[in-house]
Amino acid sequence: MDFQLTDEQAAVRELCRDFAREVVAPAAEKLDREHEFPYDIVRRMGEMGLFGLPFGEQYGGAGGDFLAYCLAVEEIARADAGVGITLEAAVSLGAAPIHDFGTEEQKSELLPDLLAGRRLWAFGLTEPEAGSDAGATRTRAELSGTEWVINGAKQFITNSGTRISAGVTITALTGPREISAILVPAGSPGYHILEPYRKLGWHSSDTHPLAFDGCRVPEANLLGKRGGGYGQFLHTLTGGRIAIGAHSVGLAQACLDAALAYAQERKAFGKAITQFQAVQFKLADMAMEIELARTLVWRAATGYMRAPESSGEVRKLAAMAKLYASETAKRCADQAVQIHGGYGFIEDYPVARYWRDVKINEIGEGTSEVQRMLIAREIGAG
Amino acid sequence: MKIVVTVKQVPDPNATQGLESDNTIARDREVVLDPGDEYGIEEGLVLKEAQGGEVILVSMGPERARDAIRKGLSMGADRGILITDEQLAGADALLTAKALAAAIKAESPDLVICATESYDGSTGMVPPMLAELLDMPQLTTAKQVEVSGSKVTIHRQTEDGYQVVEAETPALVTVTAGIAEPRYASLKGIMAARSKEVKQVGLSDLGIEKGEAAETVLAVNDAEARQAGEVVEDDGSVGVEKIMAVLQTAKVV
Repeated sequence: MDFQLTDEQAAVRELCRDFAREVVAPAAEKLDREHEFPYDIVRRMGEMGLFGLPFGEQYGGAGGDFLAYCLAVEEIARADAGVGITLEAAVSLGAAPIHDFGTEEQKSELLPDLLAGRRLWAFGLTEPEAGSDAGATRTRAELSGTEWVINGAKQFITNSGTRISAGVTITALTGPREISAILVPAGSPGYHILEPYRKLGWHSSDTHPLAFDGCRVPEANLLGKRGGGYGQFLHTLTGGRIAIGAHSVGLAQACLDAALAYAQERKAFGKAITQFQAVQFKLADMAMEIELARTLVWRAATGYMRAPESSGEVRKLAAMAKLYASETAKRCADQAVQIHGGYGFIEDYPVARYWRDVKINEIGEGTSEVQRMLIAREIGAG
Repeated sequence: MKIVVTVKQVPDPNATQGLESDNTIARDREVVLDPGDEYGIEEGLVLKEAQGGEVILVSMGPERARDAIRKGLSMGADRGILITDEQLAGADALLTAKALAAAIKAESPDLVICATESYDGSTGMVPPMLAELLDMPQLTTAKQVEVSGSKVTIHRQTEDGYQVVEAETPALVTVTAGIAEPRYASLKGIMAARSKEVKQVGLSDLGIEKGEAAETVLAVNDAEARQAGEVVEDDGSVGVEKIMAVLQTAKVV
């Protein structure tokens, strides 16, 4: 067994680390404070090829692999969790389903702009009354002539309302217990992007509720097979969960970076607080758990690369990676604030932002509780 | 136009630094392409994009210095030459310059671009030595470079402005950080770098004998601790004048 990255993976990580440190991190505080979407950073990430990282060159992708993409998400999230989630959602939830299930026409029309980061595509699964219980989807789509007529609502949809948002893939009931995926371009009649949420964290990311009021799109906008929506989003979420695991590792690493730097400077009782075992042990635990979480993400990512059809084994690893990494990040954020003492509670230091940003990692793309259910099911319990 | 850019792998400036017992720089840690070299690579790429030609990266270092060359290739350079030899471990500036000169001479470039000094050793001696060994005119600390026909013209950074200096090519130019903002590699560049050539050569390939070291670092001392600053008490009348006088003495205004 060899945990060495390939030359290309290492180069992607170095590139993203440099870009994140030099361009993303210096902007993070202002983006957070002003709830600003970073159009310029997104454009530059697009020019570098990050939005097309794990896709083939046919539609403008960079031909990298899924692990390299996870490394990119980790490094960007380490600088700004909101920018990290913008990338993750655009790739794993926006472009990937179109790439994996789209027709030739759909792919050649949409993917070139999405993979270049010129436009963003969103994924609408969650509803006001259907979160973890995705089977409770109420949004309906009925064929009327050659058009789907969609009625319903979606909730917490990332990348749906920016100036460069091109549309959303939604799941909808197209018959009794029949869930299908449909592409809804921005500007479709009856498609309403509502006011953005006031969020606890991820302030630099774009999140809206969506309403569909007799929304009409062409019949050809069906994505994949009619009735295949449930299987498709399980597949989409498997890749997405591994990437959220990587995002969480980045956030956890940011907490350790900040806590260690602060502890080396801060003096108490006449010496740097890194000289106190109480602080050393916190930092050591953070470093160890981050390494464990990263290893699990890498393992899940390599499993996903070998078996992209997402076998039970890969689904289990994806759930474990997402669950463990997000809970690690939460613990690291807690300890980073604790090590900062009172300064951790004010916004002059980045750890307060990390603490606000991290909570959603335990909720989005499957709550910790859902991950435990999935793991239990895969090991034969229940 | 054929452009050679010299590059070096150095300990990561963002990590802690250290020395070996013989006062050479500890290299058993995270290493990166010297940030100063990225400016040289960028300038090489800009010149190539304007006039056509080829950018060749030449580095001396252990085998893993290949990663530093790779980074430059992913930014857009065309190929690389890595001089690696166990005998070169801890090489001083002269031996380094001799090895680089031998590899560069074989390429007969029109222009050689170097950083003014490396991030780690910071002797600043290799580029002038290299120019002498290559028998090229040297134009140093350039913040702007133009090549027209067989003429290279630079703006040479000085304390209070710049000098315009001109020479016939082939020539060697050292560039400052102000010359151009280095580009980020693209993912496509990283993938393309996979298939670019990095030729590896040793001392015998270059026809060089190691010989005696020309310099030895006897000691490395910490910089003097900073003295306490001068306190100017403002009695409401002459405080500003006193501060101005201090600043003028220190030549910061």
